[in-house]
Amino acid sequence: MSENTEQKKSSAAAIAFAWLFVGLPLLWGVSQTVQKSMALFK
Amino acid sequence: MASFLDRERIVAQPGHSRWLVPPAALAIHLCIGQAYGFSVFNLPLTKLIGITASKPGEDWQLTTITYIFSVAIVFLGLSAALFGAWLERVGPRKAMFAAACCFGGGFVVSAIGVKLHSFPVLVAGYGVLGGIGLGLGYISPVSTLIKWFPDRPGMATGMAIMGFGGGAMIGSPLGVNLMKTFATPTGTGVFETFVAMGVIYFAFMLFGAIVVRVPPDGWKPEGFVPPATPQKLVTTAQVSASSAIRTPQFYLLWAVLFLNVSAGIGVLQTASPMIQQTVGVSAAAAAGFVGLISLFNMGGRFFWSSLSDKIGRKNTYAIYFLLGAAVYALVPTAAGMKSVPLFVTLVCVIMTMYGGGFATIPAYLRDLFGTMQVGAIHGRLLTAWSAAGVAGPLLINFMRDQQTKSGVPLEQAYNVTMYILAGVLIVGFVCNALVKPVDAKFHFQGTK
Repeated sequence: MSENTEQKKSSAAAIAFAWLFVGLPLLWGVSQTVQKSMALFK
Repeated sequence: MASFLDRERIVAQPGHSRWLVPPAALAIHLCIGQAYGFSVFNLPLTKLIGITASKPGEDWQLTTITYIFSVAIVFLGLSAALFGAWLERVGPRKAMFAAACCFGGGFVVSAIGVKLHSFPVLVAGYGVLGGIGLGLGYISPVSTLIKWFPDRPGMATGMAIMGFGGGAMIGSPLGVNLMKTFATPTGTGVFETFVAMGVIYFAFMLFGAIVVRVPPDGWKPEGFVPPATPQKLVTTAQVSASSAIRTPQFYLLWAVLFLNVSAGIGVLQTASPMIQQTVGVSAAAAAGFVGLISLFNMGGRFFWSSLSDKIGRKNTYAIYFLLGAAVYALVPTAAGMKSVPLFVTLVCVIMTMYGGGFATIPAYLRDLFGTMQVGAIHGRLLTAWSAAGVAGPLLINFMRDQQTKSGVPLEQAYNVTMYILAGVLIVGFVCNALVKPVDAKFHFQGTK
């Protein structure tokens, strides 16, 4: 038996939330790395 | 609880968006990718008793601490190889949940090791338990993504494996900031940081386990029509994991991954001393360089694996090896010219192909062996990574030491190594060129 019993489309909000949940930490990590990388160009 | 984790509970209903699956995979890979940032704990772990400075005879030495990462990578390979078939049977949610328990639990056990100042407990935590979490987590979303994205398997797995490359970018500053927060005049803050990271990573990985879904049997994306004549290497048959390891193709791909990773990891681990010693930049600039190449390592995973969907996996690896060999051979020239921009550009290109090699391999395996047990086959192939993790740095350090012992100036000490690594990539090119479609006698004949 599957988790959802109703046949419905995934909402755009759910998709956006899922991507933000993983995207924001990744963006923070990338920004930290970019800042660190700037030392190479000074 | 058991039923919540079962494969039957996560079969997607019609209308479920496949774009919810990559975030689930990323939630796992962004966490376990922290392993590449473990080095931020190296120095603090050598000052647990002395606090401000390492106390000789009582505190652990730096060389001892570096074993933790090596043990974790060995257990990554072993667990991926051992639990791949189990993963295919129970589905990704149970495997992701187990990975979260092992990886998060590994931090907590290591915290106990820090509290007791017991190195075996520390290694058992992050190295063994955490390493098992790494292996399980690494392979858990791969076959699911390939099944959701039959039209773009390279891009789909590239997205997840890109997360592994990005994990250190989150894990390193997170670890540093937490240690700063928890540090006191009488403690380094490592114990509290390990506990906090164990909890944070467990929760984040749990999100992946909850969100992940598998497609129903026979599902295809809307409008997707498989090509009537698939590319030469792309099979429509299925090969089981036990049959796959009896094919020459498996060992050729093992060699392909081993050689590509050995060359790249050697450069990755010596990037900081190499740029300081060869082109003469400062230690701060070298640290910036390490950050920059990690960005290219991550970006390459998505770029090359996505490109492989267009040009084919074999051609993509041919580029890694041929372009790679040329670029490695040019590094000594850039070093001789003391050209920082050229040196940095070349190493960044190398890093994209190092990352790309990891990200493209699952789709290559799917092409050759089908989707039935691609996760289990991928798990077994990852032993090549463990082996390369030992061989690559050993080779590059040995060659540099030999060169300096024989009187070669420090700024030229990496030249021969780069030429050897270019040769290693040529061997990889030959292995890749020898890959042919799997013989029909290995095809699965029964029902799944």
